[in-house]
Amino acid sequence: MPHDSHDHDHGAHALLPPDPALRVRALETLLARKGFVDPAAMDAILDFYENRIGPRIGATVVARAWTDPDFRAALREDSTAALAAEGLLGRQGEHMVVVENTPEVHNVVVCTLCSCYPWPLLGIPPSWYKSDAYRARVVREPRKVLSEFGLTLPEAQSVRVWDSTAEIRYLVLPMRPEGTEGLGAEALADWVTRNAMIGTGLPERPQ
Amino acid sequence: MTGADTGIATDPLAATRFEEPWHAQVFALTVALSEAGRFTWPEWTEAFGATLARHGKDRALDGGEDYFHAWLETLEALLARLGLAEPAVVEALRDAWEAAYLATPHGQPVHLKD
Repeated sequence: MPHDSHDHDHGAHALLPPDPALRVRALETLLARKGFVDPAAMDAILDFYENRIGPRIGATVVARAWTDPDFRAALREDSTAALAAEGLLGRQGEHMVVVENTPEVHNVVVCTLCSCYPWPLLGIPPSWYKSDAYRARVVREPRKVLSEFGLTLPEAQSVRVWDSTAEIRYLVLPMRPEGTEGLGAEALADWVTRNAMIGTGLPERPQ
Repeated sequence: MTGADTGIATDPLAATRFEEPWHAQVFALTVALSEAGRFTWPEWTEAFGATLARHGKDRALDGGEDYFHAWLETLEALLARLGLAEPAVVEALRDAWEAAYLATPHGQPVHLKD
């Protein structure tokens, strides 16, 4: 990609990408030449992660769980199977566990090892999810970290932190907010924020 | 920690985007290799987690550019260890790409010389 940077000081030649971009390009070239990777497969993967998935999919799942008792029961029973039936499983065969907030327990998701995340439901993780500050601290002092997100929980509600792995990813099912009685699944999905499904936020009235 | 995320103030369901084209490329390359059976995803996360832990000893990683530098370093080391991409060959190809960019007039597609 010749237009990676906006540095026009180098005159007439194509704009030189930064060093890591050249190293990635080199790996790609070598692996494609060896037949270890198919450039068309890479394009399909990029399209999937950049355009086809994102937190709206997770929000749809949450809203349906709020309005469809059978679906909610299926998620409780076996999240992976319930999501697989909707075609919402990951590309790596990971197990999904939907953890349900209650007045007694608030759930928060982290990956202390790297950045495992329920990609098919939430898309690409935000930077803070991948930061050392979040990964290390949310386990040690969850209430303090949550307060930095503007979330103060009642003392009576305990906080449970779920550590994702390559094999198991978690999605928080927040409690349905008060004042949403009578709303259908589609309208409810607008209340569900990405952070509410990680546990660093709560559903919010749409702006 | 919360404000660093562009877009969340206006749309709480906004999808996160890759910040640089090479972040997306190295991500897709890794997923493609894993899907093609060259390594398992748990193998990947274990290696990547070890790199992040090592990098995070000296300073706290912010999960942005430093995260993808660690990603690339892990992928290069893993492919070298598995005998899939020899470091010397990768380095030569990197230099060849650099030369190709420098030799291509602005606005034209860049091709590697065979």
